[in-house]
Amino acid sequence: MGIQQTLQNIEPHFHKGGKYEKFYPLFEAVDTIFYSPPSVTKTTAHVRDGIDLKRIMITVWLCTFPAMFFGMWNAGWQANTAIDAGYASMGGWREAIMTTLASGHDASSLWANFVLGATYFLPIYLVTFVVGGFWEVLFAIKRGHEVNEGFFVTSVLFALILPATIPLWQVALGITFGVVIGKEIFGGTGKNFLNPALTGRAFLYFAYPAQISGDAVWVAADGYTGATALSLAFQDGMSALTDTFSWWDAFLGFIPGSVGEVSTLAIFIGAAVLLWTRIASWRIMLGVFLGMVATSTLFNLIGSDSNAMFAMPWYWHLVIGGFAFGMVFMATDPVSASMTNQGRLIFGALIGVMTVLIRVVNPAFPEGIMLAILFANLFAPLIDHFFVQANIKRRVKRTGVPAEETA
Amino acid sequence: MEHYLSLFVASVFVENMALAFFLGMCTFLAVSKKVSSAIGLGIAVIVVLTVTVPVNNLVFTYLLQEGALTWTGISGAENIDLSFLGLLSYIGVIAALVQIMEMFLDKYVPSLYNALGVFLPLITVNCAILGGVLFMVERSYNFGEAVVYGFGAGTGWALAIAALAGIRERLKYSDVPSGLQGLGITFITVGLMSLGFMSFSGIQL
Repeated sequence: MGIQQTLQNIEPHFHKGGKYEKFYPLFEAVDTIFYSPPSVTKTTAHVRDGIDLKRIMITVWLCTFPAMFFGMWNAGWQANTAIDAGYASMGGWREAIMTTLASGHDASSLWANFVLGATYFLPIYLVTFVVGGFWEVLFAIKRGHEVNEGFFVTSVLFALILPATIPLWQVALGITFGVVIGKEIFGGTGKNFLNPALTGRAFLYFAYPAQISGDAVWVAADGYTGATALSLAFQDGMSALTDTFSWWDAFLGFIPGSVGEVSTLAIFIGAAVLLWTRIASWRIMLGVFLGMVATSTLFNLIGSDSNAMFAMPWYWHLVIGGFAFGMVFMATDPVSASMTNQGRLIFGALIGVMTVLIRVVNPAFPEGIMLAILFANLFAPLIDHFFVQANIKRRVKRTGVPAEETA
Repeated sequence: MEHYLSLFVASVFVENMALAFFLGMCTFLAVSKKVSSAIGLGIAVIVVLTVTVPVNNLVFTYLLQEGALTWTGISGAENIDLSFLGLLSYIGVIAALVQIMEMFLDKYVPSLYNALGVFLPLITVNCAILGGVLFMVERSYNFGEAVVYGFGAGTGWALAIAALAGIRERLKYSDVPSGLQGLGITFITVGLMSLGFMSFSGIQL
């Protein structure tokens, strides 16, 4: 008996009046993972297109894969290199898996690096998925909406922006905050105003700074401290940064950092797909990029004797820290970004400007893209409001007919 | 000049009245349903703060602080310390100015006057205004700084209420649990906004 047959057989139990009526959202979620929903638009007044929310979300999810796989390898490579250099490994069950599958910490072995990275990333992702999924399904059942694929994206993005060594209970707490307070409380996908993955991370960042920032958390080797490229530049200046990493290292991703953010190249592969399929708005990405270039150039021109970050050129800002990841995957979140075309440019530029501003002038936070995107999310509805009002005014001018009051 | 600029930026963003100090919450939550009236109230607060902080600065410097009355030439005036009258005088000045502004709006911008309703006179007891004045006294700003600080604090508050109104207009289409509708979800929204504004905490200007 095939899956389709099974699903069809049990379907009546989940409909109104059935035994498991309450669990319909759960059934619907499983059903639509395997098969397209049967509801099809038939009348003429609609654009008929194969792309729906489900396909959009799955595409975004797949687009994170290059960054994710590279990140797993890099996490393992960083740790193995440190362990080769004489630091103790973290031990525990990860060590057991490591010795079974890869027989030792060999930093030159692709497989050993990948396995070690996976033993860190996969548990994080699993916890994110299970805990976040639990809340998602709970709310869906209780509030009667559908479980939808937006959660795939939220969970993978959340897992990718955490350092490899973060305790798993914090992962669970962070995704809980992100999903419940950041999204579900407003009614689920499409109804929130902040990016849920970033909300969860910001919560962890302010609640447990010791496990998510600083120098000791990025490389999974006991006692090893390795500054990220950003904090290196912040503390010791640009020359210390260029001595330690070359620009190509940073672009390709051979630097310590959160799992998904390290390789700008892998992120751009995902970005190319997102832009080609027109899922992500090129206006937002362009806005973020231009805002970043303009602000960092401005800081270059101003210069400063005491603050080394002033001297960082834009092409370094682009490749280190979470900038590329935030620009491609976080800022373009269609729900929390601006929705008007001109608004998107401004929204993006605000993110770019704020990112560099926080990185350069705020000594409290070495990284700025996360807070910059959250900040811009706050103003996205307001930006839209002004463009919509301007459009309405222009229309009234053109047609002479006052628009109906909608607000 | 640079000093004034950084004071302005700090008072708008770093020490945002609404989202860093949570001052002026009652009007902040009540008048943020529509962007247009939120902006109107925001401008009213900017005006009131820009005027009251410097005026109270003069009151403090020339009437209240210890030795302030020396200019009168009365013997023993340099020992008089009237700063215990502070709260009373500040509120008096604020109330008078708000009253003037209310009459002005009633006469010239009746639509805004009606939209703001009872919240316009309530600016008198808006803690953001008194808070601004008290911060000015506590940090012993001079007159120029008081003007910049008042304007900046007002602008920050106006920016925050406009953003909140934008978000709330959009949240109209949300499906909020019945127990949280209205003020409940607004409190959560403000909390999340404050999380976004934490990007500025720690900036030294």
